[in-house]
Order: sequence, then C-alpha cells, then structure tokens
Amino acid sequence: MANGQGSARSPIGRPISRRAVALAAGAVAVAAAAGSRARRVAAQTEATPTAGRLTIYSGRNENLVGPFIEQFTTATGIAADVRYASTGELATTLLEEGDASPADVFFAQDAGALGLLQDAGRFSPLPDALLATVDPRFRSDAGLWTGTSARARVLVYNTDALAEDEVPDKVGTLLDPAWNGRVGWAPTNASFQAFVTAFRTLEGDDAARAWLEGMVANGVVPFDDNTTIVLAVGNGELDLGLVNHYYKYAVLREEGADFPIENHYLDPADPGALVNVAGAGIPGTAKHPAEALAFVEYLLSDDGQTYFATKTSEYPVVGTVASPAGLPPLAKVGSPEINLTDLADLQGTVAMLTDLGIL
Amino acid sequence: MARRHPLPAPGAGVWAAPDEATGRDLPRPTRDRVGRGRPAPPWLLAAGGVVAVVSLLPLVYLVVRTSGDLGAATRALWRPKTLQVVVNTVLLVAAVSGSAVALAVPLAWLTARTTLPGRRLWATAFTLPLVIPSFVAALAFVAALGPRGLAQQLLEPFGVSRLPSLYGFWGAWFVLTGATLPYAFLALRAAFLGLDPSQEEAARSLGLTATEAFRRVTLPHLRPAMAVGGLLSALYTLGDFGVVTLLRYDAFTRAIYTSYRASFDRTAAAGLSLVLVLLAVALLAVEAAVRGRVTLHRVGVGTRRAGTPVPLGRWQGPSLALCAAVAAASLVLPIAVLVYWCARSFTLRDASPHLLAATQTSVLLGGGAALAAAVGAVPVAVLSVRYRSVLTRVLERTTYLTYALPGIVIAVAYVAVTVRTPWYQTLAVLVLACATRYVAQAVGATRLSLLQVNPRLEEAARGLGCTLPRATWRVTVPLVRPGLLAGVLLVFLSTMKELPITLLLIPAGGRTLPTLVWTAAGDARYGEAALPALLLVAVTAVPTFLLARRQQAVIA
Repeated sequence: MANGQGSARSPIGRPISRRAVALAAGAVAVAAAAGSRARRVAAQTEATPTAGRLTIYSGRNENLVGPFIEQFTTATGIAADVRYASTGELATTLLEEGDASPADVFFAQDAGALGLLQDAGRFSPLPDALLATVDPRFRSDAGLWTGTSARARVLVYNTDALAEDEVPDKVGTLLDPAWNGRVGWAPTNASFQAFVTAFRTLEGDDAARAWLEGMVANGVVPFDDNTTIVLAVGNGELDLGLVNHYYKYAVLREEGADFPIENHYLDPADPGALVNVAGAGIPGTAKHPAEALAFVEYLLSDDGQTYFATKTSEYPVVGTVASPAGLPPLAKVGSPEINLTDLADLQGTVAMLTDLGIL
Repeated sequence: MARRHPLPAPGAGVWAAPDEATGRDLPRPTRDRVGRGRPAPPWLLAAGGVVAVVSLLPLVYLVVRTSGDLGAATRALWRPKTLQVVVNTVLLVAAVSGSAVALAVPLAWLTARTTLPGRRLWATAFTLPLVIPSFVAALAFVAALGPRGLAQQLLEPFGVSRLPSLYGFWGAWFVLTGATLPYAFLALRAAFLGLDPSQEEAARSLGLTATEAFRRVTLPHLRPAMAVGGLLSALYTLGDFGVVTLLRYDAFTRAIYTSYRASFDRTAAAGLSLVLVLLAVALLAVEAAVRGRVTLHRVGVGTRRAGTPVPLGRWQGPSLALCAAVAAASLVLPIAVLVYWCARSFTLRDASPHLLAATQTSVLLGGGAALAAAVGAVPVAVLSVRYRSVLTRVLERTTYLTYALPGIVIAVAYVAVTVRTPWYQTLAVLVLACATRYVAQAVGATRLSLLQVNPRLEEAARGLGCTLPRATWRVTVPLVRPGLLAGVLLVFLSTMKELPITLLLIPAGGRTLPTLVWTAAGDARYGEAALPALLLVAVTAVPTFLLARRQQAVIA
C-alpha cells in the first residue's frame, strides 16, 4: 500500500513542484516590483502634481486621439483614464450603465450618437459662453453637446486603378454592376451609420433601404473600420471605399506619400457628401464635471483645434483656427442640407441595418 | 469497465495522466468504498455551491435576458444572417477539428512509436505552439502573407503585385488548425505511449497484416484520444474570437461582438450567445458519442511493457518532411515573422509606452485569476472525490460546462450583471470572469491528483494522533499540491492569452499585452503589434514549460 502511494506521488512531478512554486512566486514578485516602480516613475514623469482625474469614453480611435489626450494631461495636469471602443458601443454602454456610469466625458465619432444620448436625457448642458465659440451648424441646438472637429464623407479610390473622373459623384451610381465587388464599407462604424441616417432623413426610409439592399446585392465588402478600408483600397484589394476624408492622411503618414489612394468628394446634394462632426458631451452622471468641462474646453481651445487641423487633418469648428493645409476648404466641400441634430435616430438606422443582415 | 466521462475534464488528455486520455482505469486499489455515502460537511458544500453558482451566472443571465424579451431575441435569431453564421461556424469547427486530428494521428505515431530521428525534439516542437496565442498566430499569418505583408514585399521585384486573398474560411482554417494541433497531438501521443503493444502483437500473430492490425486493434484504442483531441480543438475553434475577426470570417463569436457593439439592444447579443452555448453542448454530446463505451484495458495477468519502435525505412524522408513542414508552419514561421517585423520597425517611437504597464497588468490578471481559480477549485475537487454523490458530481460538471462557454459569452454576461454595481469596470470583475471561465482547469488537475491519494493515509495519520486539520496539512496537501499547482499554471496561461473577456471588461485606461497587440493589429500596424506579441509569447512560455516538464514526468 505504501508503495502504491509512493509511485502515485512521484510521477506527478514532485521535484518540479518546488521549482514551480519558486518560479511562480518570482514572477509575481517581479510583476509587483515592476508595478511599484512603474507607479513611482509615472508619478515622477506626470509633470505637475495631478489636478484631478477623469474618465473619458472615446469612440475615436486611440491612434488618432491618444496623443491629444496626453497633450491635455500635460497642459492641465488632469490625468485621464480612457475607454476606447466604437462610438455606438459606448453610447449603448452609457445607456445600460445609467446612473452608475463612470464616464465623465463622451467623446464621439459622430453627431448621431451624441443626439441619441441628448434625446435620452443623458447630458448636462454646456456653458453658453463656450458654445458661442463654435459654428452653430456644428453643435446641439439645445446646447447639450458640441462638435469638436468636422469631417466630410468621401469615396477613397485607388489611383492606380481609377482616374478621378471615373469615380462616381453619387452613391447611387455604386449600384451599377460595373462596381460589383469593388467597393468597401464599414457598417459598424458610427460615421457610416450617420451617413445612412442622413440618407433616410433626406430621401426617406424606402430609398435608403433600397440603396442598402442594392449595395449588398452588388457585392459590397464589409470591414470593421475605416483604416482597414483605406489600406485595402491602397493595396488593390478594392477600388473604392466609403469613408471619412481624414483616414487618407493618417494612412499616408504610415505608408508613405506614394501609397496610391486619393479622396473624391461627392456631389454636395448627395447624402454621401454629408459633413459630420466628432463631438463631446458631459453626462449628467459625471463624477468629475469640472475636469470634464476642462477637457471639452481644451478640445475647443486653439491648441485643441490646431491639433485636429494638423495632426488628424480634420476641419476646426472654431472660427479662429485655420483649416488644415492641403485640404479643400470646408466652404467648398458642399454638404446636403441637414441639421446634425436630425441624425439622432441612430436606433432606427441600426434596426434597418440589422434587418437587412448588414449588421 | 472503462469509466466513461460524458464531459472530459479540461486538460484531460492534454496535461493529465495518459490513462485519462486512453480511457483506461487508473490503478486505484481502494476505489471500492472511498467517499461513497459519506455526507459532506455543510461548509464544504456551501463553498462548492458558491463556486457552482458563480460558474452558472453567465448562463443564467443569458437565459433571463433572452426570456425577458423573447420577441427581440426571436427577431435577432430568426434572420437569414443567423443561419449563415451557424453554417459558417459549424463548417469551420468541423474542418479545423477534423484536420487537427487527422494531422495529429501520424505525428503522434511518428514521435511515439517509430525510429524517427529526433522524435523527442519533434514532440516538443509540436507542443510548443501552445505558447503562441491564436490571435498572435493570425497576426503573424496576415503580416506574412497579407497585402503588404512579408511575402508580398519579397515577391514585388518579380512583378507579383497581388497575392491571392488569405481572408475568410481558408485563412481561419489554416491558422486555427495550427493553433489547436498541440491539443490533439498531446492527447494522441499520450494514447500511443500508453498503448499496450501486446494486443497488436497478438493480432499480428493471429494472422492480421500490419495495416489490418492498426485498423482493427490500434485505431479503436485511439478513439477516446481522438475524441478528446477533436473536442478540445472544436471547442477552441467555436470560442475563438481573435482569429476569425482578424481574418474576417463571419463566425458566431464575431457576430456576437458585432451585435454587442452595434446594436442598442443587447438582448440580441444574449440570444446569439445562447445559440453558441447550444452549439458547445452539442459538441460535448458528439464527443461522448464518438468516444463510445468500450473496454480497452487488458484483462489478463502480466505487466505492460513498452512497444518496439517501428523502423521507418524508406518512409523516413517523407516523415521528416511532414514533421518539418508542420513545425515550420505552426511554430517557426509565426515567431520568425514577428521577429522580422519587430526588428524592421523597432524604434523607440514604435515601442508602445504602455508596454511595461500592460505586461504588469497581464501578469497580475493571470496571477489573480489563477489564485481565485485555485480557491474555487479545491472545495469542488474535494467534494467530487471524497464525498461522491449526485450533487457533488453536478457541482463538478457545472464548472466544466462554463469552461465550454466561449469567452465572448462570459464577457457579455459579466458586463450586464455588474453594470450597475460598484464593482463595475474594476480589475476584480475581470479577474473573477477569467477565473470563472478557467476554474475547470484547476478542478480537473486537482481532482486527478486527489484521486491518487489514498484516504487511508490520512486515516493512518489520524490514528497516530493527528487532528484532522493537521493530518490534512501534513499528509494530503503535500500530495495534492503538484496537481493543484499544475491547474493554477494552466489558468494563468489561459488568462494571459485571453482576449474577448479582457476587451469588454478591462477598466478604462487599462491595457494588457493582448489588448496592445489587438489594437495595433486592427490598424495593420504590424511593427507595433509585433513587440507586445513576442513579449506575450515569452511570458506564457514560462508556465507552458513547467507544464510540459510535468507532462513528460508523468509519461516517463
């Protein structure tokens, strides 16, 4: 019997166990030490003693706005915890969280999600003096959110495959069988959904539905985000992509100026030419409203607006800051007649996309 | 009779004793009366009950949420797209598990039963891909063969401007087959090593050819191991989120994530998750049916001995080529591609400033989940071994059921359950979610070593004057510790590589190595993704190495 136990015990690797204990303990100790050291380092490098802390829900990509948020922390001494996810996901999260939401600011990729939360009564009003600096087209009529930068919907195309005059001026043309399988879109993306909402508002639900169905029938290729579409267009996987204008510039910075992509601005009357904003609102449940306001103020400050004009190639929404060099001026980029507050029926758009099996 | 598990213990057949994989009985002289009919102490039952309840939480949430709004759930499910996604998923699961097992049988045979040169080295090489998380393998695959990837750059001078697209079914199939091959390989290798050669020899002496003997004697013995290996591969594929997303294949996990992200009503995501759970349960049923009810061990007297290695002869060349191809595709190339990208674009600018913090969070998360899982596993394992009853069996199986749930399902449930509590978006919830997901690994490993401890040793200690706590501490704990430790390491390893739960539950501003890889890979910034990916591989290599040592000790 004793023998039986002895043999049952040794193959389980009795010798390894001590080493394993030592290694496991060592790993945790190293992690803990690294942690405390990292915290010390962080405490030393984070400039001034922190003037507070806030939680930002960012529907904008970390690659685009991460440096801006670091700049904000350096300038104000306010540390930021950022939750990055898609704009729609964060809007839903805010609704589900209700009063328990830790979010102090919602930094959204489009006006539709902001309008949705405004309609749900989730925002507290922004100061009038602050709003007065912003172009009235680009902020909430009720003063509950503000745009922070403007962007145009465009068709990005592969310059090796197409000449500019071959690129359609209206999204309706994409239903032509000639474009079968050559176009990409990002149905989960908030800017795309805002464009669909604009389509519904301008031309009616039936027309929007027919266009979406036609696109699916014509072999449109779905992607998870805009950057991937622009890369796919440049790589020659696709010829055209329905995206925002500034992804071209971000991709060119990474891939080099000879990457074969170009933006085509659509007919201003076409829903595909929508000029939308990224924007921010402060939830009524914010635990740090003062820091949140400081963040929104910084977004609209000259420094903030210059960041978006120069670093992400977006249009400023505050008149005092110049438009980015090398971009067609916003005044020339037409947009269909639409109030951005009318884009709030995001849920209707999502329901339509879901119903058609696009989502 | 061989014992039959409707649900295999997680880790069984992979890290567990070879007996578990081959279905043969463990030698347990005192099995007759151990634990039967003894009532469990109430506090132990309570502890086990808490673990079971926490384990069941995700499933309960899904059912409650779905039944709370049946209309919305039905609308979400009753769409052509859902059917399409089910078909896609089933196809992928069948193809991946099928090819993993089909590849594992010859590889396991070559390394276990033949004169293949370097067979121990090959065996290690086929096990090592376990340290490469599957989404990292997918990243390497895209960075190598994707548009503007490595191959494209090498071929550019020769006028090749476009490679065939690797996205979709074939890409996902290829990467997942490589990623899950080690599970099938380990199960089958253990089975080959545990095989009693006398049965084959008897078959040969009775006039069967070598091929016939393999088909009629060896193959049936391998069936349980093939079932376990196939099941592990299939469950992994079913729950995989990273590979299908990076390779743009519309499988169930991706559909759930899309629904979760884009839809304002998360009932739809819950309904879809429930369908995925049903698919997982169906897989378990298929495995149980394939495994069969057979008696596989010898009944006569005599001792087992190792078989004589089969000489390969002129098949040696092709065999080595096969081994080299598999090792290259599943191990060498992914690592080489990552190193290449890392070296090519490594500048201080590209090294994410969050690397240190992310590594620390990853290790703390893994350690925390491993610790929590160990605490939860002990009462469940003790109950199921020492106080066997229907109730304790149900407790044990509950943890296994949760293990079969895809990570995204657990994540969706935990977000909803914690959303209006003070613990929402804290690391504690993330740790608990990962521990819940993987506690079965610790239960399985602890249970196996506890099974091998004769309770009479404890009784003897008590007879010699020890109190119960002292006897437990001095006698049982040291004997069980290696098993528990193996379980803890497994949980640590799994949590380190975990992606979807972390994506949904990580506190704002928090990062782990997998999320760093994921963010960069999503934007096709391969250079930036490569460094955290390699770091992740390095960190997970430690527990994997320890476990592999243990596995070898068991087999030897």
